[in-house]
Amino acid sequence: MPFDLVSLLPDGFVRHLPVLLVIVPLLLAPVCAAIPSWRATWAIALGGIVFSLICALGLLQQVMETGRISYALGGWAPPLGIEFAVDMLNAPILLLVSAIGVLATIFALPTIVKDVNKEKRALFFAAYLMCFAGLLGVAVTADAFNLFVFLEVSSISTYVLVAIGGSRDRRAFVAGFNYLIMGSIGATFYVIGIGFLYAATGTLNMADIAARIPEVADSKTIHAGFAFIVVGLGLKAAMFPLHQWLPNAYAYAPNFVTVFLSATATKVAFYALIRLLFSVFSPELSFQEIIFTWVLAPLAAIAAIACSFQAIFQTDIKRMLAYSSVAQVGYMLLGLSLASADGVSASLFHLINHAMMKGALFMAVSGVVLSLGSSQLRDFAGIARKAPWTATALGIAALSLVGVPLTAGFLSKVALFKAALVQDWWWVVVVLGISSVLAVLYVGRLLETVFFKTPGPAQLQVKEAPLMVLIPLWVLALACIYYGLDASFITTLTDGAASVAFSGGQP
Amino acid sequence: MSSTSDHHVILRVTAKFLIPIITLYAFYVQFHGDYSPGGGFQAGVIFAVGIILYALIFGVVDALTLVPAIFARYLALFGFLLYGSVGVVAMLNGGLFLDYDFLVAEGPEGHWGQHIGIIVIELGVLFAVAGSMLTIFYSFAGRAPEIDDEDW
Repeated sequence: MPFDLVSLLPDGFVRHLPVLLVIVPLLLAPVCAAIPSWRATWAIALGGIVFSLICALGLLQQVMETGRISYALGGWAPPLGIEFAVDMLNAPILLLVSAIGVLATIFALPTIVKDVNKEKRALFFAAYLMCFAGLLGVAVTADAFNLFVFLEVSSISTYVLVAIGGSRDRRAFVAGFNYLIMGSIGATFYVIGIGFLYAATGTLNMADIAARIPEVADSKTIHAGFAFIVVGLGLKAAMFPLHQWLPNAYAYAPNFVTVFLSATATKVAFYALIRLLFSVFSPELSFQEIIFTWVLAPLAAIAAIACSFQAIFQTDIKRMLAYSSVAQVGYMLLGLSLASADGVSASLFHLINHAMMKGALFMAVSGVVLSLGSSQLRDFAGIARKAPWTATALGIAALSLVGVPLTAGFLSKVALFKAALVQDWWWVVVVLGISSVLAVLYVGRLLETVFFKTPGPAQLQVKEAPLMVLIPLWVLALACIYYGLDASFITTLTDGAASVAFSGGQP
Repeated sequence: MSSTSDHHVILRVTAKFLIPIITLYAFYVQFHGDYSPGGGFQAGVIFAVGIILYALIFGVVDALTLVPAIFARYLALFGFLLYGSVGVVAMLNGGLFLDYDFLVAEGPEGHWGQHIGIIVIELGVLFAVAGSMLTIFYSFAGRAPEIDDEDW
């Protein structure tokens, strides 16, 4: 571990890290809603999220040193009580979400002024803190039903965050409503699936379910529960063909919301999918192997190609990036459906990289939209001349998205290739290759427009993004390069995560 | 709305009679929650229903004088924080989050902490649910159309 944070924290504090991580932002949300000054709520939100980041770092260090940490809420010991547990599988996710949260919150201050009406801003930050706490809760809990509760906490506040873009673009209302319907169906499916598991095993604690499934693995109840859970979480993670809510939600939500959601929400849902598929169910179950090979892998392949193809034909940059996100979820799902430790590790590696580069891309686009007022591709012609810093960061993140060597996206794609080749899944390599060529096309269109087209009179009015956009943007862009040169930190984390996923649940 | 219109006199008289009973019943459900089915959520809904009935019969304007929208909102926030504070107090007293046994200093046989914990938690739920229900009702009932029909 490159840092020693735990020894700096007060003694009685360390023991409560798993719960403090979630409840501090959660309890700050109502405080934000009670304060009329929105700048004060921004500061509170930032404080709460930085606090969560410190907790996440402390937890990661503890987990690396001592292994799994369990926290029994209310003193009720698991499996009866609700348990929060941090291990190598979710500690990186906690770190990712809270780090992106800090960067996105810094980015929020200049952009929120344009996107959200003044009287709504304090409430907006309250909803944002709720969403953030919910996402961390999904990642930290070890109780299958509690996961549903946190999924709903984060989702319901997400619907609000998306729909609040309606003051700028009324299509956000429809996008938010669609998301609400689809998201509720997803959450319902998940909870139905948990109901089936509870009926078959009589417990809700994940480790306990995992221990009891093998006896009843061939029952229809377990099969039905499995199907419901995969569809429910797949919907939340924008798994093809359940991704229809995503492009509009990303395109019409406030800029800040798009940045935050693209880098965290689907990622956390994807983590939940990994947790359920590998730590609760197990890839050794015969039906799960069939689903992986014949359902998830083909769907992921279609997503990687079809959605990259759709991205090429988008005229709106945000929609283009949104379709690209669905395609990237396809990549991660391909890694997952290999059902090997290498596959899961590569999948998580790509997940973390994708969070960094999509976060950076959406930040850069939003930074330009601030002064340009449009996210249409043709309106971005030649803006690099007026906003070189923003455009350069955009370029770095875009190259990482394609997977150009020396960027983070390259290493995670290579990891996916390797994991597929170990199992002789040649077609995965072909699919990823085709998808990357398509990515070159849509990213090429973007870069050509931004750097080489002649700017019109409107484009000459474009200003460089404000400093509070540039700082988080460049942090992410430099991270894309840094982890493209030396990804050992991330791969240590993801290899550890994969080994937890494959030790048959909790060690 | 006023005494000049007599169309709804039966409704108004019945509502006047029922609203105190509904409110009383809400508190019955609340404080009996630890012995019988019920508790903060149900009580909060019943309490809010009393106010909503008042709003339906006597108009939203009168209801807003009785329970202002800002009060409903702060009630919900206060309830939420009250719930959370139980967990935090337990934590500050050296227990785990929401461990009621640590709320009061007592021996291992004592269960006052459990008692106090659940009562405060349920109070928090009551405030939060009643406040949220009213806030949702007000925002639907008091929503002014943003665009006039002529503007279309």
